[in-house]
Amino acid sequence: MSNEMHTTNINFMGQRHIAMALSAVLIIASFTGLWIKGLNFGIDFTGGTLVELSYPEPVDLPKLRTDLSEAGFGLAIAQHFGSAEDVLIRIAPRDGLNSAQLSNRVMDSLKAASEDEFTLRRVEFVGPQVGDELTEDGALAVLYALFGVLIYVALRFEWRFSVGSVAALIHDVILTIGVFAWTGMQFDLTVLAAILAVIGYSLNDTIVVFDRVRENFRTMRDGSPLHVTNVAVNQMLSRTIMTSLTTLVVLLALFFLGGEVIHGFATALIVGVVVGTYSSTYVASAVALLLGVSKEDLMTAPKEEKDSEAAELELQRLFHEHEARMEVKAASKGKRLDHDEDDEVIPK
Amino acid sequence: MFESKQNIITNTYPTWKYLLLVVITVLGLTYAMPNLFGDDPAVQVSPAKSVEFSAETQTTVSMALQAANLPVKSSVFEGGRFLIRFENTEDQLKAKSVLKTLLGRQAVVALNLAPATPDFLRGVGASPMYLGLDLRGGVHFLMDVDMETAVSKAYSRYVDEIKAALREEKVRYLTVEVEGEAENAVLAVQFKDLETMQAGLVTLDATYSDRFTFKTVEETASPRVLLSLSSKTIAETKKYALHQNITTLRNRVNELGVAEPVIQQQGDRRIVVELPGVQDTARAKEILGATATLEFRLVEEKGDAYRADKTGYAPNGSIIYHFRDGKPILLKRRSIVGGENVVNASSGIDAQQGSSMVNVTLDGAGGRKMLATTKENVGNRMAVVFIENRVETIEQDGVEVKKRITTKDVINAAVIRGQFADRFQITGLDSPQEAQDLALLLRAGALAAPMEIVEERTVGPSLGQDNINQGFMSVIVGFVLVLILMALRYKTFGMVANVALTLNLIIIIAVLSMLQATLTLPGIAGIVLTVGMAVDANVLIFERIREEMRNSPIQTAIHAGYEKAFVTIADANITTLLAAIVLFSFGTGPIKGFAITLSIGIITSMFTAILGTRAVINLMYGNKRVQKLSI
Repeated sequence: MSNEMHTTNINFMGQRHIAMALSAVLIIASFTGLWIKGLNFGIDFTGGTLVELSYPEPVDLPKLRTDLSEAGFGLAIAQHFGSAEDVLIRIAPRDGLNSAQLSNRVMDSLKAASEDEFTLRRVEFVGPQVGDELTEDGALAVLYALFGVLIYVALRFEWRFSVGSVAALIHDVILTIGVFAWTGMQFDLTVLAAILAVIGYSLNDTIVVFDRVRENFRTMRDGSPLHVTNVAVNQMLSRTIMTSLTTLVVLLALFFLGGEVIHGFATALIVGVVVGTYSSTYVASAVALLLGVSKEDLMTAPKEEKDSEAAELELQRLFHEHEARMEVKAASKGKRLDHDEDDEVIPK
Repeated sequence: MFESKQNIITNTYPTWKYLLLVVITVLGLTYAMPNLFGDDPAVQVSPAKSVEFSAETQTTVSMALQAANLPVKSSVFEGGRFLIRFENTEDQLKAKSVLKTLLGRQAVVALNLAPATPDFLRGVGASPMYLGLDLRGGVHFLMDVDMETAVSKAYSRYVDEIKAALREEKVRYLTVEVEGEAENAVLAVQFKDLETMQAGLVTLDATYSDRFTFKTVEETASPRVLLSLSSKTIAETKKYALHQNITTLRNRVNELGVAEPVIQQQGDRRIVVELPGVQDTARAKEILGATATLEFRLVEEKGDAYRADKTGYAPNGSIIYHFRDGKPILLKRRSIVGGENVVNASSGIDAQQGSSMVNVTLDGAGGRKMLATTKENVGNRMAVVFIENRVETIEQDGVEVKKRITTKDVINAAVIRGQFADRFQITGLDSPQEAQDLALLLRAGALAAPMEIVEERTVGPSLGQDNINQGFMSVIVGFVLVLILMALRYKTFGMVANVALTLNLIIIIAVLSMLQATLTLPGIAGIVLTVGMAVDANVLIFERIREEMRNSPIQTAIHAGYEKAFVTIADANITTLLAAIVLFSFGTGPIKGFAITLSIGIITSMFTAILGTRAVINLMYGNKRVQKLSI
């Protein structure tokens, strides 16, 4: 890791058209994946029964499948889970076979069919009605999160930024879901939670860049919005890399060590963090630029002018004023002063 | 703190900020510590309903354990129940069966894992985090109460009553029927002609206007009055159905012997049942799915119930029954009325004696039978028997057999004070609570709306342990990797950030322990993610300091780095918090756990990463001439 003291000067925004084309292609690819392969929804959303069993020896899946179909569970899906000793049996909801008793019947028949003593790892049963509710709640959650962001960013910054950040979030959500469609990995409640966390993370990244763009608009005398944005992205580059790296490192730890149950969750977040890092530069900023964000938009916002942070932007100059004033005060009153406490209240 | 001529930015912190940090660190360490001590295998003995433990019970219990040669680590009597700790699981299991045989149905004997928190920590109210079902193993059920049936039943209950009311006023009706189902149901009363219909409407309106809304169909061929339950009555019916189902579930769960069951209402028609440590889900489902009914029987006053109980022979024409606390009673073989005849039961206060009572309403057929019986039995006692039927799978000689199990409990026996028919009161109950319980049981046995399991999540003990181990491992590895990255990139400042990150982790665990929030696997994932994201604040600050150092003196750079990065950090964290709140409000159990740890982590990280690191950095560099920063 270098201890480089100079800000890089990469023309990120110059490549924004290429990047947007790439994003467009990826989004189309995600939709194609959704259209062709669809999502492999877990029982949280579809309803159904899931039984995870652990055998002392590697499981002969074909035999297990025969046992299951002989017991009348021909449509059950059996697969290894994490290791050859563990198997996961999924049974989709069907008419008449839709009760909490189903898992017991499956286990009873497997006990009868095989001599191996298995231990029960987990059972999940979700009634179709509950599945529908969870799907609805999940979709609503994503919508509410996006809506909340739209409002917060619009209040805190400006509507162009707000649209840019939401565009980036939608971009991230679509691409993450696209990966799940193409890989056929199971999409369950934990993955949905991960996607909401991705929204939080990606937004974090976007806000950091926007914050700098706003600051630069105020401090940089000259410069087109394009230039200003470019400088901001470059200034934040090492931070962006470092934070993505620390987050990815812990997610990889979770992916490799966290166990099979948390796999989908970790995968969604890893994809989301990578895509989110990219999108905060190329989607969020690019969209804000495309919408014509300008110096005036941020300077004339009435709310911002009163903001104490506006004063902070000229910290350098103010420190000197401050120093002079303090010295005068100290000289006249002969008091000891604590600067740390006073910095914030300097009038512009 | 005094003026320095070269730098007006001295980077010193007032003493109170250091004190605050020290206090929070100490608090964090104290409340996080209980998590290090693990659990003791324990047996929890709680009294069954209407039983109270005394000093005598304690002696019997310890004598029995001594006799069985089971060394007890400690035994505490707290909140009316015993918690007996053992050295190992083997002793614990043996002790459970010993105590179960000893106390029988007087107590609920359950296996438990008691936190081995040392006394000095328990003294300040510190206890370890509460582990969710996915970590400790257990069953989670979501039960759905069939409200449609509850409402339909409410309608059919009034059929007899309305017939009786009309007969009493000598209004001739043709039929009284329930038409339609659930919310759309109506009670249709058909009359011969419009005139009688008007008379009927007056009668019905006088009695039922508080519960029903009326509509008339004035067809000459078949004039009818349509009664629909008012929305208030329907809402009450539903509330009742939910409450009585919760009550019956509580009683049944007690039978399972679960140490810390959770039975909670969720929404307006669902009940969550969580049974930590329960592995035999088949049995749990059987017990929860039992059906209940009621019988009213006369008490056989002639025989000696205790002697009959000992010998097992009841006098002719009678059967031995038991109260819930095990006291025997002899009841007549012939039952007077059953649960299907009970229309309603509600608790209240007896105006004359001021004691608690239960009002019972029977249907027409039940009322006639009751009248015939009470006429001849004034002064005798009548008992209420609560019957639960369930199918249980039992292993017999290595073969699993389905067996029908019926438990019959006498829940009340009261003296008949005079003859009565379809409306009577059971008075002289000890407390309003007892009256409420009795009313609930009467209703539960008579008209409980059926329940169905709509969601089940069972986690076996091996998976639970794996989840703990793997979760713990990923937190540690992720944490160490982040520490290394930070140290490599930011040198001394990185080390300071690492101290803050460690403190952050401790505070998260302390807050989770203090709130007694449930830690789930997604919750652990939330902690891992927070560890990765928490350093973001420090990364932002340190990068900014580096930037500022190019054109400012070092002290100014440090100050400006913190000040300028703050707004960005706050903005970024508030938005993440926003997402976490949405997650919390929409998520179910485990997802909520993730949202909670994520939110706590965001808030604590703001504190440690900004205030914490600043304090250390001020201590190291503040008010000093520094030539170069190790950043």
